[in-house]
Amino acid sequence: MQRYLLRRLVSLASSLLVASLVIFAVIEIVPGDPASYMLGLNAEPETVAALRDQLGLNQTPPVRYLGWIAGMAQGDFGLSYTYKVPVSELIGQRLAVSLPLALYALMLTAIIAFPAGMIAAARRGKLADGAVMGATQLGIALPNFWFAMLLVLVFALHWQVLPAGGFPGWDQGVTAGLKALTLPAFALALPQAAILARVLRSALIETLGQDYIRTARAKGLSEGQTILRHALRNAMIPVMTILGMQFSFLIAGAIIIENVFYLPGLGRLIFQAITQRDLIVVESVVMILVFAVILVTFLVDLAYAAIDPRLRTRA
Amino acid sequence: MRLSFALGLALTLAALGAALISLVWTPYDVTALSIADKLQPPSPVHWLGTDHFGRDIGAMLMAGARTSIAVALVAVGIGMGIGVPLGLLAAANGGLVDEVVMRGNDLVFAFPSLVIAILITAVFGPSAVNAIIAIGIFNIPVFARVTRGGALGLWPLDFIRAAEVIGKGPARISVEHILPNIANLLIVQGTIQFSLGILAEAGLSYVGLGAQPPTPSWGRMLAEAQTMVSLAPHVAIFPGLAIVLTVLGLNLLGDGLRDRLDPRLRGRA
Repeated sequence: MQRYLLRRLVSLASSLLVASLVIFAVIEIVPGDPASYMLGLNAEPETVAALRDQLGLNQTPPVRYLGWIAGMAQGDFGLSYTYKVPVSELIGQRLAVSLPLALYALMLTAIIAFPAGMIAAARRGKLADGAVMGATQLGIALPNFWFAMLLVLVFALHWQVLPAGGFPGWDQGVTAGLKALTLPAFALALPQAAILARVLRSALIETLGQDYIRTARAKGLSEGQTILRHALRNAMIPVMTILGMQFSFLIAGAIIIENVFYLPGLGRLIFQAITQRDLIVVESVVMILVFAVILVTFLVDLAYAAIDPRLRTRA
Repeated sequence: MRLSFALGLALTLAALGAALISLVWTPYDVTALSIADKLQPPSPVHWLGTDHFGRDIGAMLMAGARTSIAVALVAVGIGMGIGVPLGLLAAANGGLVDEVVMRGNDLVFAFPSLVIAILITAVFGPSAVNAIIAIGIFNIPVFARVTRGGALGLWPLDFIRAAEVIGKGPARISVEHILPNIANLLIVQGTIQFSLGILAEAGLSYVGLGAQPPTPSWGRMLAEAQTMVSLAPHVAIFPGLAIVLTVLGLNLLGDGLRDRLDPRLRGRA
């Protein structure tokens, strides 16, 4: 297990290293000078020179890269040019919206997908299976931002039971915050739940063909009990792979959905930073997003080993 | 199964047809503004109604199909054009080449496609071409993986060994023997990536990172409709339906093709 953990840690570190190099390089190839890019065409030469100095552009790229990395390792992402506050502070505030949103959506994904996938697998080939599979085809084809607009139309404008957008802040109470995140989370979750339900169904059907399942049935367990007690655990490996990947889709999807609902999360921050040409914020937020995706992949790998002991020795 | 394949084919052909016809004819000019006719509900004159500039939504949807399909198709082309050779190379050489190709793929997977698009746009500015590049880059590892997986399964087989014995090199074997045998896999994956590309293009142009005005685009139609959704729901409903039906059609087509092309699945439900 220790060797497995070590190998995974090395691969985690090398992925982060390469990702940071790529992001740095892309920002580096901004056509022209980053300082004049950020300030626009009408900037005074002195202002540009001052910003160049502040950004450390007079140093060589390797020195700047190492400075960026060393800063990030200590939680220092530099100073936002437009907001005049530390980027880490901005990211912290926005994460307080984006992270709960992603987790809320992940929870809804599981809540919708597990019953749907299990019913479809238990009733495979029957009407209920057909209904679930048809619904998932529609769910997969649904652009989440359009679904979000339909949800607003129905729940916010017609029935007026949930807010159409905006975020009151957690200091206004958890209920108000969760209410504001409910439609966005649901919009993010439904297309992902459709994918997960299909994966769970096929994983369960595959597992249900195994000998030990026949034994469980022979003991007199009902189909539902067989699935819950025996098949589900073994179907979890593909399901967890997909759930891990979905987390990264949820993070990326949140970028769009936060804009539909005017939520002050990382997604809106990145768009505001792009329009304001605040490259320091863009660079750091992209790094945070990629870090989150790589970290989740790492955690999923560890979870495999916990579920399936065979994987610990193999790697 | 047959029915869903037929439905998928019909929906796909309808979208392709609308895009092709829009090249020579649309019921109204998509650039002609007519404020007097703005936000009209569907009627015999404007079947799908008009938007906030009085443009005919049906005509805009036809022209938007062209943008969506062109972006997604070229992005699939980029993914196949680079990903397939990489996958073939990784399978033929193994060892270090394989490792480098697969780690490179892991890296692209770590960047959600939208984040790639955002990076590219932050640097080069929003445009349809940059949207194509962003979606295309994400397609590369997908095709590399599928190609490598399919090719690795073929290399140990006798007919490949036979080709080696008569002196064909890895490159020639990859092109002459491996590629034709994994074409089915690639076609099926191609329809899947095509439909994902349509969704991605819609998302990118919805947030303003895709095709720029006046090029009609389904995603931007939805973005423009957002503030009017309570006044005139049809402005938001039809572009969304166009996306859903096109993506649904491609997915059903892909499923149907897989069942048809893969003999092992034939006869199964």
